[in-house]
Amino acid sequence: MAITREEVLHVAKLARLELSDDEVERLTGELSAILEAVSKVSELDLSGVPPTSHPLELVNGWGDDEPHESLPLEQVFANAPRREGDLFRVPPTT
Amino acid sequence: MNGIDTLRLTAEEALGLLERRDVSGAELHRAYLDAVAERDPELHCYLRTVEEPAGDGVPIALKDVISTEGVETTAGSRILEGYVPVFDATVAARCKVAGLPLLGKTNTDEFAMGSSTENSAFGPSHNPWDPTRVPGGSGGGTAAAVSAGLAPWGLGSDTGGSIKQPSALCGNVGLRPTYGTVSRFGVIAFASSLDQVGPVARNVRDCALLYSIIAGRDPADSTTVEVPEVELPESDSLTGLRIGVPRELNEAEGIEPGVSEAVQRAIAVAAELGAEVGECELPRSVEYGLACYYLIAPAEASSNLARYDGVRYALRVEADSYDGMVERTRDVGFGDEPKRRIMLGAYALSAGYYEAYYGQAQKVRTVIVREHAAAFERFDVLVSPTSPTVAFALGEKAADPLAMYLSDLLTIPSCMAGLPGLNVPCGLSDGLPVGLQLIGPQLSENTLFRTGHALEQALGFDPVPERLR
Repeated sequence: MAITREEVLHVAKLARLELSDDEVERLTGELSAILEAVSKVSELDLSGVPPTSHPLELVNGWGDDEPHESLPLEQVFANAPRREGDLFRVPPTT
Repeated sequence: MNGIDTLRLTAEEALGLLERRDVSGAELHRAYLDAVAERDPELHCYLRTVEEPAGDGVPIALKDVISTEGVETTAGSRILEGYVPVFDATVAARCKVAGLPLLGKTNTDEFAMGSSTENSAFGPSHNPWDPTRVPGGSGGGTAAAVSAGLAPWGLGSDTGGSIKQPSALCGNVGLRPTYGTVSRFGVIAFASSLDQVGPVARNVRDCALLYSIIAGRDPADSTTVEVPEVELPESDSLTGLRIGVPRELNEAEGIEPGVSEAVQRAIAVAAELGAEVGECELPRSVEYGLACYYLIAPAEASSNLARYDGVRYALRVEADSYDGMVERTRDVGFGDEPKRRIMLGAYALSAGYYEAYYGQAQKVRTVIVREHAAAFERFDVLVSPTSPTVAFALGEKAADPLAMYLSDLLTIPSCMAGLPGLNVPCGLSDGLPVGLQLIGPQLSENTLFRTGHALEQALGFDPVPERLR
């Protein structure tokens, strides 16, 4: 199961990673090898077997809907790279 | 050092010293920091230490994926360098309530992705038995710290083996608890359907004691469950216990002969202690477990790590546009292994591949759950080596991701099924520790503690690294 350079670039876009040319080249090789190994799961005929998304048979761990204090804004912004008033400042989304 | 031998002192003994007022909490904390000053320059277990103890109890080391209010928490990643949490993870808060002062934050593979700590952005930790070798990973910092007397106990986190495997390679006791018994609130997420926090200690009783402090339902984590009362193990008999030896976990390709021999001896000792030992099978769990894990864990990781976007906290690399800023921040901030797993996960979840990869892996997970359930109809505990090898040399597997992934071959299947697993040291091979893995059904921690304790007493393994004795 080989992955192409174009597919690597497409997935990098989906994953929001600006990869360097070297990284794209290395990942193309590494991901192809890993995908070949994990493709082993397709050997099994599992039609009729339900999927497991979670190891516990828990359904809806409800909490009480009670009002409580949120984090103070000073704490919310404590680690912010850039703040403007009570907003996170980011570059334009053009 | 106040006469405190941090290499030998167990947490339970330390508790006794504190209760009798033979030492103060501050003296105990200082004794460990003195040991850190002496030995950590060589071992690099800690990313940072805390000089002023908050609490008079037995001090503790926390893996750097656990949020600690006011203490930098990086998950071993540049993208979180300088990040100082404004709240405690529930497990950190529980340690505080129990009076356990923080010694420091321990090294980890970046975002807990790895089996050697070599993926830490801040450099690897070293194995206290032989510093040219890895301590295992991802929780190698905690495991090495406990074995080197730099902490009496600590917490790790385990997704596919990150507590059990480093404990095996460093020669101490580590528990990956049943999924849902320990809160994940405030723990930096890797793969949410697998991540579990658990204790690492020098013996089984300390491990059980620490588990009793951190386990229990947490309203802030809706995947947590009520936990049976923890019993500190006392008996040295295994009469009535049914031990299963899964053939595939014990005969897998790549298990070193010295590892097999030590595990076989431990199984023979279990039989002498009164356990009934029989063979069983987990045919597809072992053959397909690794492939299943390396689809599901990266898929969940690609989603969890989407939050590091340079907007709200930690690293930002500026650019003219929002998209450019996000993409550049993530390229600069993430190391090679998180990038590999994000890419793998995003690919496995992408249109056209979802059913063949992620969907199929979820069905394999059902098969793994069922195979283990069938084995537990006949047995109380399953045993195998924890790691196929003893500690390997730094650099030996760093260049080959697939070779590194095989380090977790034997720990992954039970993790996929949400089962608890305990590593107990069972001997040496070439002068390096070998770990025995004990696996039980969900919520069977007390049985694992009882089994591990009895074996520990009978095997008489000395957990202090030979070169430090």
